[in-house]
Amino acid sequence: MLVVGFIAFSLFNFVGDPVALMLPPEATQADRDAMRTQLGLDQPFWVQFGTFLDNAVHGNFGISLRLGRPVSALLVERLPATLELACSAALLALVVGIPVGVYTALRRYSWVSRALLTTSLVGVSLPNFLIGIFLILIFAVWLGWLPSFGRGDTVMIGAWSTGFLTKSGLKAIILPAITLGFFPVTLIMRLVRAEMLEVLRTDYIKFARARGLSDRAVNFGHALKNTLVPVITITGLQLGAIIAFAIITEQVFQWPGMGLLFVQAVQFADIPVMAAYLCLIGLIFVVINLVVDLLYYLVDPRLRVERSAAAGAH
Amino acid sequence: MQAVRIALAAAAFAVAAAVPAGAATLRWSSQGDIVTMDPHSQNEGFTNAYLDHIYETLVTRGKELKVEPCLATSWAYVNPTTMRFKLRPNVRFHDGTPLTADDVVFSIQRALSDTSNFKPYLAGVKEAKKVDDLTVDIVTDGPAPVLIPQLTEVRIMSKAWCTKHNVTKPQDFKAKEETYASRNANGTGPYILKSREPDVKTVAVRNSNWWGKMEGNVDEIVYQPIKQDGTRLAALLSGEIDFVLDPPPQDIPMLKQNPKIKVLEGMENRTIFLGMDQGRDELLYSSVKGKNPFKDKRVREAFQAAIDLNAIKAQVMRGLSVPTAVMYAPQVDGYPRDLDRVKPADRVRAKKLMADAGYADGFEITLDCPNNRYVNDEKICVAVAGMLAQINVKVRVNAMPRAQYFPKIQNFDTSFYMLGWGVPTFDSQYALQSLVRTVVPKTADGDYNFGKYSNAKVDESIDKLKTEIDPAKRAILAHQASRIHQEEVGHIPLHFQVIPWAMRSNVTAIHRADNKLTIKWVKIN
Repeated sequence: MLVVGFIAFSLFNFVGDPVALMLPPEATQADRDAMRTQLGLDQPFWVQFGTFLDNAVHGNFGISLRLGRPVSALLVERLPATLELACSAALLALVVGIPVGVYTALRRYSWVSRALLTTSLVGVSLPNFLIGIFLILIFAVWLGWLPSFGRGDTVMIGAWSTGFLTKSGLKAIILPAITLGFFPVTLIMRLVRAEMLEVLRTDYIKFARARGLSDRAVNFGHALKNTLVPVITITGLQLGAIIAFAIITEQVFQWPGMGLLFVQAVQFADIPVMAAYLCLIGLIFVVINLVVDLLYYLVDPRLRVERSAAAGAH
Repeated sequence: MQAVRIALAAAAFAVAAAVPAGAATLRWSSQGDIVTMDPHSQNEGFTNAYLDHIYETLVTRGKELKVEPCLATSWAYVNPTTMRFKLRPNVRFHDGTPLTADDVVFSIQRALSDTSNFKPYLAGVKEAKKVDDLTVDIVTDGPAPVLIPQLTEVRIMSKAWCTKHNVTKPQDFKAKEETYASRNANGTGPYILKSREPDVKTVAVRNSNWWGKMEGNVDEIVYQPIKQDGTRLAALLSGEIDFVLDPPPQDIPMLKQNPKIKVLEGMENRTIFLGMDQGRDELLYSSVKGKNPFKDKRVREAFQAAIDLNAIKAQVMRGLSVPTAVMYAPQVDGYPRDLDRVKPADRVRAKKLMADAGYADGFEITLDCPNNRYVNDEKICVAVAGMLAQINVKVRVNAMPRAQYFPKIQNFDTSFYMLGWGVPTFDSQYALQSLVRTVVPKTADGDYNFGKYSNAKVDESIDKLKTEIDPAKRAILAHQASRIHQEEVGHIPLHFQVIPWAMRSNVTAIHRADNKLTIKWVKIN
């Protein structure tokens, strides 16, 4: 985390000058120097970094140079939007990906399977934003069924703003979730298929069949359970990637989440927001990896017996 | 009987539907958000344009962009350094309190305070004094010929409201909190701020107690920024948005063909031009050592002759530009119409000039260019590079986003650069002083003259302009300065931008050369 913070902070000395953007063109050099002092940008690098760390630990990331609001408040405000989107996409990926993966594994030679696999190639090769724009074109412009941008009306539950409780909110999340979840769906589908095919070839499955267990018991009771272990790991790591890829989807759909905030901060050279965002993402990745490690440990009984296997499992 | 009842009901419905609901909502968008609701905090063109609906100024611009009375009904000099303004009676703020001279004095002081970004619009103003409840004196350091145009950007707030909410000064960035005024507003304007979600949605509703005459019929303004060009256009096409301020230029032909969409085009008062470093003895970014080719007028003339502005207009701007030979637009007072004759490109002459200057084999040079500030900025630079290649000048286009570009050139760290200059005061002094006058560090003189062009006679005219009050004499001085500058090719003007606005076909709007949408003039049919 410290390294992330350091890299985040030192990079930002090279991204541009917010003072030039904040002041009107006719501002004099004296005005600019005054603003620089006001923002603390004239201090040496180490002093700025030290102040930043000290404040960060207290949850104070300073004030956004673009919006003039405390960064921590901004992040808290935008986090629900990104998390709702990311979780919807992840849920979609699991709900669609796992069954389809199982189907294509069990019926590998049917034309339906082949069609699904070809479509999945599309998901892997088409860029995120292109899928988004196509969806907007078809569903918002041509058909007019769904909104082309924004989050719809939201309801506040405490500090969390949710779009799930309003009709417009639910309509608004469909296209972005599909766009964001497209790639994970294909990934999980192919992964489940590959894993399941491999598991179905193993000895213990053969013996289960030999014992006369029904197809259902074999496929879902034994094969699927064993398939899911690596899938959990990948999905967990994918969640981090989904949150990161949300930047692009949020831009396409003008989804008011953290990703859009970050892009705007980069364009404006809004250093406090960029630094805070990178630290937050770093934290999310660290936490997700930790949770996945722990889950893995819980799910796979072999790991509890053979500790060394856990260390080598990923 | 049943049939009669049904018929009556149907008739009633028909009438109800036919009567205009009177609740016309304008939903509009552009790529950036309104930065703040505080009118003295950030001097950003788009934010200023929006806040004009909520807050008002002493004087404003009408449909022809000429100065008109607004919160001040008349003004006159009482002595050369004091101008007296009579305020409009019976004007109320949105919270019901009346507008008085105290509010005007307070607002001017607030705009002059050290955390305000609006000081340049009060350059030369020493103080504002209350004479009586409806009369204010503005005292300046010396004669202030551009005071009135400058005041079109100084918005008036309520002293009582600001004091009550602790916002007597605009946002101080060292403070850890957002101030009340950045999310809330209390002005005298035709619209009242209803809700504000930064970066998401801002809603304003009509002020039924406004003192003025509403020419449009918009009752509610809903503004939602949409950063991505494609998404913004999709929202317009699908009918979710009624008006887009900045449609991407390459989509204009497609929009024009769509019967549901109307495109309104008009010239912007912004000049795009190229600047050349004439100050250094050796250029920082060229292959010529020991001397500076831009110091030779023949080289500057050759560059200008090699650039084909009509080709740029046709191929790069797709017709959306007005080639020019001067540094500021026709709407600006002091525009030298007779000097604005664009000569056609003449490559032969350009080559001869280069040969005469000793550069028949040309040289290499870097052209610094923004890539997200002006319309097709990078494409124009690339086109210019191609044209200069015809006279053996090898141009390396160094394009970068504005966050990096402006700090670089503001440090004079360039040899050849592109810049655009709008004139919010619609007075030539704003352009001439900053772009053409010899640089005097830490002042407004030449603060955007990054090529360090310098001519003593031009400086003389510009310095006289600063204190000359008579408009006719001002025009002569501006003409003098522009003529000499043009002869010497101090800069290479390219064109004025044409700004297209896109809207649903049932929306009528009036185009403004300063790219400000004035919703009180907008009608939705």
